[in-house]
Amino acid sequence: MNVLEINQLTKFYGNARGIENVSFSVKEGEIFGFIGPNGAGKSTTIRTLLGLIYPTSGSAKIFGKDCIKYGSEVRKEIGYLPSEVFYYDKMKVIDVLKYAASFFDKDCTKRIDELSEMMELNLNRRVEDLSYGNKKKVGIVQGLLHSPKLIMLDEPTSGLDPLMQQKFFSLIEQENKNGATIFFSSHILSEVQQLCNRVAIIKAGSIVKVEDIKTLREDNYKKVTVRGEKVSAALFTMEGISELLEEPATVRFFYKGDINVIVQAISSIGIGDLLVENPTLEEIFMHYYK
Amino acid sequence: MNIYIFEFKMYARSLWLWALALFALQIIFMAFYPAMAKDAAMIDLILEHYPKELLQAFGMGESVSLATVLGYYTFVFAFVQLCLAVQGAYYGFHFLSLEERELTADFLFSKPVTRTKILVSKYVAALTALVITHGAVIGSTFVAIALFRDGKSYELDKLFVLLASVPVFQLFFFSIGMLVTVLTTKIRNVLSYAMALAFGLHILNALRGIVGGRLLGIASPFYHFEPANIIETGGWAADRVWISVLVILCSTLISYKLYLKRNIHAL
Repeated sequence: MNVLEINQLTKFYGNARGIENVSFSVKEGEIFGFIGPNGAGKSTTIRTLLGLIYPTSGSAKIFGKDCIKYGSEVRKEIGYLPSEVFYYDKMKVIDVLKYAASFFDKDCTKRIDELSEMMELNLNRRVEDLSYGNKKKVGIVQGLLHSPKLIMLDEPTSGLDPLMQQKFFSLIEQENKNGATIFFSSHILSEVQQLCNRVAIIKAGSIVKVEDIKTLREDNYKKVTVRGEKVSAALFTMEGISELLEEPATVRFFYKGDINVIVQAISSIGIGDLLVENPTLEEIFMHYYK
Repeated sequence: MNIYIFEFKMYARSLWLWALALFALQIIFMAFYPAMAKDAAMIDLILEHYPKELLQAFGMGESVSLATVLGYYTFVFAFVQLCLAVQGAYYGFHFLSLEERELTADFLFSKPVTRTKILVSKYVAALTALVITHGAVIGSTFVAIALFRDGKSYELDKLFVLLASVPVFQLFFFSIGMLVTVLTTKIRNVLSYAMALAFGLHILNALRGIVGGRLLGIASPFYHFEPANIIETGGWAADRVWISVLVILCSTLISYKLYLKRNIHAL
């Protein structure tokens, strides 16, 4: 079952493009990554799904219901953590969390305690006295306190130290094991790589690719480095080679296609050393952004 | 209900202080009344020698005497009105822009709640604060008059008609503030907007007093609800008040429609 179905979603701010014809879907129980550089339209997409902004055209369904028409209803089961967190400065953390909990028809007290203990959050301090990282923790707790079925994270790890990031990821994984679907936007690929099953790549407002993270890494490209006295770029002219780089006695390139073809080609040269790797997500990513 | 309670608590923090200030203002001004009444004849004589335009600019052009309780009170009430205008405008510019100014919009709007419910809860919370202010003004008026009327009698019904104008008068400023909020992307400094609107319309009415005629007064509730006029005639000037009512209704309706479709932008 699809928890999230986006269909030709388009948002223009006047004449400025936000997103254009964005379509993809997220299945129940997935951890779905949404990657792209700043300004690609990640936040615009998420904010439209949450009903913070209204689409110019297209539509999106969450739990099978239109996210604008049934906005308040579907948001009952959504937990959202924005990239920048701001809360009512004069309030104590516990009061912010209680206010957040008051929007849901269930008792969230126990969950608030559990989460804040896990995130080492002091509930009795005022929001204005908190560091950015601690505000972020408030954001995490208030986003998860109602045990949502869909968790939307918009660049969630900025401001968290590595230790907290790890805690946060294990928390998210735990929520996922308990049945929550995760929609995770980020421009940091390593964290997407660590967590997600599938990713959508967005570039300049449009989706470039939706793919399994495994497929993205393994099935497509090999990063090949060939060393040897006789090696030169002129020897590698076959189809499927890209990013060919020649250095003294070394050639590097990416290869996509039948692996036998390239192995045969290399074996006929007489080389000194050979390295075949899976490219990192960063390298794949850069490829899509060329 | 949760948004209403949350919002109202925010108003409550400053509301009692504001009510106290209005009370003090009325007491202090009325405290001069006994002295004024004693030399009533002389005061009226002095005023007669002022340029008529100057008196009109201060709302004292109508034929009310400063020597009577209500005549003097219209002069006090003009200052109260100015304070109430600032308050009404402040709430109007404040209550819908709060989330976007303090950047807490993501928090509120991502919750399972409709725009209509957010708007109505916030609106009613602000209105509650205004109603309490109205109560405080009525109370302090009667206390101030009782303390300093110097044994003189006054027409209670006329005073009631005057005090009853407060809600509509404040709603005018409140509605304009609300309308401007939804028409602009972000209100940054609420107080300066509120002061500009309140004093601007006050000055407009003062100019009308100097220039004469009605044209400049059309846009100003200070003209629609001119204290001296209400005390003198014992009723609201229906031909002016409907403008206020119309502005309130239109602004509210347009604001509601626009707010439902408003894009809440990230930072």
